Amino acid sequence: MAGVSLAVRPANWPLRLAWAGFALYLAYAFSHLDFTPARFITGLEFGQKFVAKLFPPDFHRWELLVKGLKESLEMAILASALGLLASLPLSLLGARNLMPAWITWPARLVMVVCRSFHPVIVAIVFVKAVGFGALAGILALTVASVGFLGKLFTEAIEEISLKQVEAVRATGAPFMSVVVFGVLPQVFARFIGFASYELDANLRNSTMVGIVGAGGIGGTLFAAFQRFDYDFVCAIILSIIAMIVVGEVLTNTVKRVFRV
Amino acid sequence: MENASGTAPQRGAVSFSGGSPLVIRGLAKEYVRGKAVLRGISLEIAPNGITAIIGPSGTGKSTLIRCINRLVEPTAGEILFEGRDLVRLPRKELREVRRLIGMVFQEYNLVERLTVIENVLSGRLGYVSPFKAWLRRFPPEDVREAFDLLDTVGLSGLALQRADALSGGQRQRVGIARALMQRPKLLLADEPTSSLDPKTSVEIMTLMRDLALARGIPAVVNIHNVDLARRFANRMVGLSGGSVVFDGPPEALTDLHLLSIYGGENWLE
Repeated sequence: MAGVSLAVRPANWPLRLAWAGFALYLAYAFSHLDFTPARFITGLEFGQKFVAKLFPPDFHRWELLVKGLKESLEMAILASALGLLASLPLSLLGARNLMPAWITWPARLVMVVCRSFHPVIVAIVFVKAVGFGALAGILALTVASVGFLGKLFTEAIEEISLKQVEAVRATGAPFMSVVVFGVLPQVFARFIGFASYELDANLRNSTMVGIVGAGGIGGTLFAAFQRFDYDFVCAIILSIIAMIVVGEVLTNTVKRVFRV
Repeated sequence: MENASGTAPQRGAVSFSGGSPLVIRGLAKEYVRGKAVLRGISLEIAPNGITAIIGPSGTGKSTLIRCINRLVEPTAGEILFEGRDLVRLPRKELREVRRLIGMVFQEYNLVERLTVIENVLSGRLGYVSPFKAWLRRFPPEDVREAFDLLDTVGLSGLALQRADALSGGQRQRVGIARALMQRPKLLLADEPTSSLDPKTSVEIMTLMRDLALARGIPAVVNIHNVDLARRFANRMVGLSGGSVVFDGPPEALTDLHLLSIYGGENWLE
């Protein structure tokens, strides 16, 4: 067998070089950013003091807490509803199996723009545009919802069976009836699933846009941090966890009601 | 059965030879430029009963039948129906004409997640506004007729089942009921039995022939099973290579014709 190579795959030098380069870069980044065990242990001491100050949580200012949570919840639900309403027609326009290219492109562009920025960045823009408060937050979360629901809905519509659509079209049904009878039944269950997922995401994001002044519990949390009210911070964090759990139950109920 | 077409404007009205409800002249279709699937088909459909279109797979049977209600856009030719040339109809009038043409599909094409009765009623979508369709507010006489049709096709009691719960034969019965729900003046069927077992195929063909005859609706049926076509059609059209190579009654169809339609030799023995 002399002279026969046992390699089952040709040597890929560019790939080997790429791996070596990646390893070198990781080593550089570690050293450059002071990511060392010693630094981590120093950090732990600060962490210990911080965690100690968090407990016991202080619920004395519960009115403030409830007001913030209520506002966050309302913002999330409103933004989800508005986002859903806007996404339904937009996703229909963006579906390449139902619409010509000159309609899908602009629709998809709107979705991409809506999805490009984190909700907090969009919130900053809206705070500048319409002023501090829940309105800016609702608008920011709505934009994010349109971006994501629009994309998910569009993809769901593009995966439907066109045979069913063809049959409805063959009856002479107008376009909207084709949508109502041929498209909607095929995507409805998935739409409910996506919408409840988006409600969940909006609940979490609605606790954050307050940091930049766009309403909700986030503003209260940020203020407490800045005043070193760590026991109140702890109370807020626990309440947010409770709200997310409640949201989970809520979305599961929605899914059960729609039997998906 | 009332005239559902009402007083639709007669744009593109053409005079054509009397008797045949559907006249096709010089119909051609190229999906890709230069590659003809249909090469100048000319046909006159029998005024009643089943006109069967036979031919090998890939010879354009489906394309031909889909050109009639323009689920596929023809490249050239004329299709004369109800005094109009379907090939040249603008979209809105095309919809009006489609309401008069019921269609039955090889894979049934029911809306799987809707109930059986909703599927049957979808045959009336051309006459109901989208908003009312969304609310399922169909005229009471339509709903009554839909239930009657389910009885007729032998599915009474299954009205509220979801379509995806039915067997193949049952689904095709719903497909036929949906087509008849349009109160059509023409019935198209694209390989209606190809997904069914032999016994169910015969049942479906019997049902379709009997209903078409009883209601005086001419039917054009694509079918690749020659024996089934012979048994149920009163007119046979043989298609090969995108052209008509046989057109006549089933009795006139000889083995020689079959060889010219399907090619080859030994398979007939």
